[in-house]
Amino acid sequence: MRCDFSDSLLQEYFDDELSANTAEEFERHLRSCARCATELVDLDLLRDRLHLAQLYEPATASLRWRINARFHPIAPKTPASKPLLWHWMAAAAALLFIAIVLGKLGSRLEVDDYQAELAGEIVDSHLHSLQPGSTIGVASNDERMVTSWFEAKLKFAVPVRDFASEGFALKGGRLDVIEGRSVAVLAYERDGHPINVFMWRTREAETAARSGSRQGFQWVDWRKGKMEFCVVSDTKVADLERLHKLIDSST
Amino acid sequence: MSELSVEDRERFENLVLPHVDAAFNLARWLLRGRFDAEDVAQEALLRACRFFGGFNGGDARAWLLQIVRNTCYTWLEKNRPMELSTEFDEELHQQTSATPETLAIIADDHKRLTLALETLPPRFREVLVLRELEGCSYKEIATITSIPIGTVMSSLSRARRQLYSALTNSSQGACP
Repeated sequence: MRCDFSDSLLQEYFDDELSANTAEEFERHLRSCARCATELVDLDLLRDRLHLAQLYEPATASLRWRINARFHPIAPKTPASKPLLWHWMAAAAALLFIAIVLGKLGSRLEVDDYQAELAGEIVDSHLHSLQPGSTIGVASNDERMVTSWFEAKLKFAVPVRDFASEGFALKGGRLDVIEGRSVAVLAYERDGHPINVFMWRTREAETAARSGSRQGFQWVDWRKGKMEFCVVSDTKVADLERLHKLIDSST
Repeated sequence: MSELSVEDRERFENLVLPHVDAAFNLARWLLRGRFDAEDVAQEALLRACRFFGGFNGGDARAWLLQIVRNTCYTWLEKNRPMELSTEFDEELHQQTSATPETLAIIADDHKRLTLALETLPPRFREVLVLRELEGCSYKEIATITSIPIGTVMSSLSRARRQLYSALTNSSQGACP
């Protein structure tokens, strides 16, 4: 027994492609059509199986390295052009301008420089943690276990929380050194994207979240309660901001 | 990278580079291998960089995946033209998924699903990968593959049916 709905609407309903009205109409039909209901269950089982098997394959570390090397060459290969007098004059004028601006905005630029340098180190450390063979200090999603692992090694308490129900599964923790100080790193995963949360003690004043991107990775950084946090990943900024809110509300 | 201005370069890094995973995943499934997928994904990113001036600021992921897909098909045409011309063969599919030799290899579900997915013709495989693994909407899939939305829907439906039957056949073979 075939039904008119099964071929066209069923799949669209399953894929969330129907308008609210049509979806409602289809749901009414579903209550009385065993064939559609069974087929929907089959589709659901197939999707579950595909997701459980974790077939999504994120870029390999070697591809990331190749892309980084290509898009962030150490020495830019721009052909040297013959210096003309007006080039020199323009350069001198630009330097003068920069000197004036620097004088005026010195303190603000220092903050930005610090942020950029910090983000650079953190992104490097994140990238390093993605390499095959890199070790995780404690691989567990047990909050208590990870907390006690850190307790033995650091002088500050690390707020360890598993946000698996919100889509950020705790994978474990490790120690790292950023700008010469020991930092705690919590590893999370979202839709196959590894996310690292760097945390360390600070004496600086609390700040709201600042975000940026570097080498194709996004970061969000903030300070709260004598701690600084920096979340970094290649996932969407919106995801990082959600994680920021989750951590913020738990500290 | 030298063709891009500083602002464009920054835009490219912010908009396009975060989708490297999506690019690699699509290439991996279209080419059925990581090794070739690395080369082709890299090639696609370089093309994306070259054509970035033509990007009108819409959905960067769809735009990049469109380039990845075209690069994959060009590569397949050059290196494995047979794959593109083979239509889905119901009998062959069942055989490959159900012989004792292959069943011995495909011990777990990951391997079994990978094999089943890889045996689908490229046109069916890509819509399934884009929908189920990448989470694209019908409209996004239509943009990426340059096929009409109606065809996207029918391909998706056929792809799911074939994958489902391939899996049912292979699991029946595994547990008689």
